[in-house]
Amino acid sequence: MSWLDKILPTGVRKDTSEKRANVPEGLWKKCVKCEAVLYRPELERNADVCPKCDHHMRIGARRRLALFLDQGSGREILADIEPIDRLKFKDKKRYKDRLSAAQKSTGERDALIAMQGTVLALPVVTVAFEFNFHGGSMGYVVGEKFARAATIAIEQKQPLVCFSASGGARMQEALISLMQMAKTSAVIERMKREGIPYISVMTDPIYGGVSASLALLGDINVAEPDARAGFAGPNIIEQTIRQKLPPGFQRSEFLLEHGAIDMIVHRNDMRETLGGLLQKFTHSASTRGDVSADELVDSDASENA
Amino acid sequence: MNPNYLDFEQPIAELEAKIEELQLVGAGDGIDIAEEIQTLRGKSIKLTEKIYANLSPWDIVKVARHPQRPYSLDYIPRIFTEFDELHGDRHFGDDKAIIGGVARLNGEPVMVIGQEKGRSVKDKVYRNFGMPKPEGYRKALRLMEMAERFKMPVITLIDTPGAYPGIDSEERGISEAIAQNLAVMSRLKTPIVCVVIGEGSSGGALGIGVGDHLAMLQYSTYFVISPEGCANIIWKSSEFAPDAAAAMGVTSSILQELGIVDATIPEPMGGAHRDIDGMASRIKSHIETELARLKSQSLDDLLAARYDRLLSIGN
Repeated sequence: MSWLDKILPTGVRKDTSEKRANVPEGLWKKCVKCEAVLYRPELERNADVCPKCDHHMRIGARRRLALFLDQGSGREILADIEPIDRLKFKDKKRYKDRLSAAQKSTGERDALIAMQGTVLALPVVTVAFEFNFHGGSMGYVVGEKFARAATIAIEQKQPLVCFSASGGARMQEALISLMQMAKTSAVIERMKREGIPYISVMTDPIYGGVSASLALLGDINVAEPDARAGFAGPNIIEQTIRQKLPPGFQRSEFLLEHGAIDMIVHRNDMRETLGGLLQKFTHSASTRGDVSADELVDSDASENA
Repeated sequence: MNPNYLDFEQPIAELEAKIEELQLVGAGDGIDIAEEIQTLRGKSIKLTEKIYANLSPWDIVKVARHPQRPYSLDYIPRIFTEFDELHGDRHFGDDKAIIGGVARLNGEPVMVIGQEKGRSVKDKVYRNFGMPKPEGYRKALRLMEMAERFKMPVITLIDTPGAYPGIDSEERGISEAIAQNLAVMSRLKTPIVCVVIGEGSSGGALGIGVGDHLAMLQYSTYFVISPEGCANIIWKSSEFAPDAAAAMGVTSSILQELGIVDATIPEPMGGAHRDIDGMASRIKSHIETELARLKSQSLDDLLAARYDRLLSIGN
C-alpha cells in the first residue's frame, strides 16, 4: 500500500469529531491533548495514538476492526439492517432526514458494524460502534445487530468482542432504544449460560444506556487509556450535586480503581492482549512468545472454532 | 392557584371551590341549596371528563408527577397483605429509594419490589426523591434471586425520576448494577409482572422493569430520557419539554401500539390520586389476572416467551 492510499480514507473524511486542530488539513494533525503537531502517516502507523503523549484519538468502527482482526480476515456480517423511524420523530428536523444525513456523511447505515474474522488465528465475532453516526447512539439497529451478532457467536461457538463508543440510547427512537438495553443484556446472559466468552472494550466515550447494558456485562471489561465512561454525563452530575467533579472522574483509571473493569489496554496491545485472553478462555494454544510450531499443531484449537 | 390541582385542572379547582363555599353557606343559613350543589357537582364531573379526554402527552407527564400521586407505599398495603420489608444489598447499604419484601397476594406468597419517591419533604430526602443508587438495584436483584429460589412471582412497581446521577453512584457502579438486573431478569425462573405506576424514567426504571408482562397506569409515563432532558439536548432549551414529550411518545397508548407495553390499567376520573383505593383494586385485579395466566404456562415456555419478546423489540 502506498503512503497515499494509507492516508486517504481517514485523512480525507473521517476526522470531523476531533476538535479544531489549528493545522492545515492534509498531512499534519494536531493532538487535541498535548497539541503536538503530528505527521499523519506516522500517526496512522501508531493506530491514531499520539506518539508524543499517548493520547488515544477517536477512530471509526471499520478502522477499529481492521486494527483488531488478523489482516485480511475480516468479513462484514449483518450489513443489511436498516434504521426505522417508528415514531415519525420530529424536532427542528425530521429524524428521517437526520438519519439520511448521517448515512451520507459516514457511509454507514447505522452506528454499529459487525464482522467475523480471526484474531491471532482464533475465529471471533466482533462489533464496533461508529461514534460519528449519531454519537454512536443505540437505537433499534445497534441493539438488533448486537443481538444477532451475539446469536451467531453462540451458534458458531465463537467469542464475541465489542468495541463500544456511545453517548447512550438514541432519543429519537425513544422507548424502542431503551428496550435495546434489555435486548442486548438478555442475549449476553444467554452467552454466559452457553459458555461463550464476551469481551467488552470501552473506548472514549461510553455513557447512558450503552454503559448500563452491553458495555459493562463483559466476562472481561477492558478500557482504552483515559477513556471516559459512566452512567450519567458529568454535566448532569454537576447540576445535580452542585459540586465540581474530581479530576480523573469517570476515566478508565477511575473505573479500574473502583472495580468496574479488569484492565486498561493500550490500543497497540489490544490484539495481543485480547487474543491471548480468548485463547485461554477457549483452551486454544498460545501463539504468544516462543511457542513452537509443534505445540500449535498439537492443540485442538480447530475444535473450538 | 390551588396547588392540589395541576395548571390545566384549575377550572375544576374553581368549581370545586364554589361547591365548598356553597356548602359552608348552606350549613350556616339553613337555606336549601342542595339542588344548586348537585348541579355544580355534575358540571365539575363533566368538566373533569372533558379535560381528561383531551390530555396532551405533557399533561399526562404532569399527572404522573402529581404531588398527590399515589406511590408504592400507598399501593402495597392496599394490594398485598403481610408485607414484610427486607433491607440491604449485603454489600454496601440499604437504599431507601427502592423498597422490597415478601408479601401475600390473595394468600399466595409474592416478592414485591417498588420505587418510592416519598411524600413529605422529609420523606423525599429520606427516599432520595425516588432516585436509586447501585445498592438499590443490587437489593432488588438479591430479592429477585431469592424469589426464584422460593418460587415466588415477582411484582415490580416502577416510579422514578431516574437512577441517581452522583459521584457515589458512579463509584459503586450504577451502570453495572442496572445492566446486571436487566441480564438476570431476562432469565429469572419465576413470573415477573411490572407495573409503571407513575414516572418510568430511563434505565433507572428499566432496572426493575424487565419481565413477562409490562402494564402502565393510564396516566403514567415511560421514557428513555425525561422530556426536559430531551428538550435540552435537541431543542437546546427545557421549555420545549411539551414538544419532546409529544415527539417521544411517552404515554401508554403509543407504547402499547409499539408493542412495548402490554396493557393499560384505566385510572379513576381525574387521576389515581382522586381514588387511591379504587386504583389499588384495579391494579390488584390486573396483577391477579396476569399472574394466573403466566403461572398456567410451563417455566420453559414462560422463559422462552420472555426471551423472544425481548429479542424482538423494535422488529
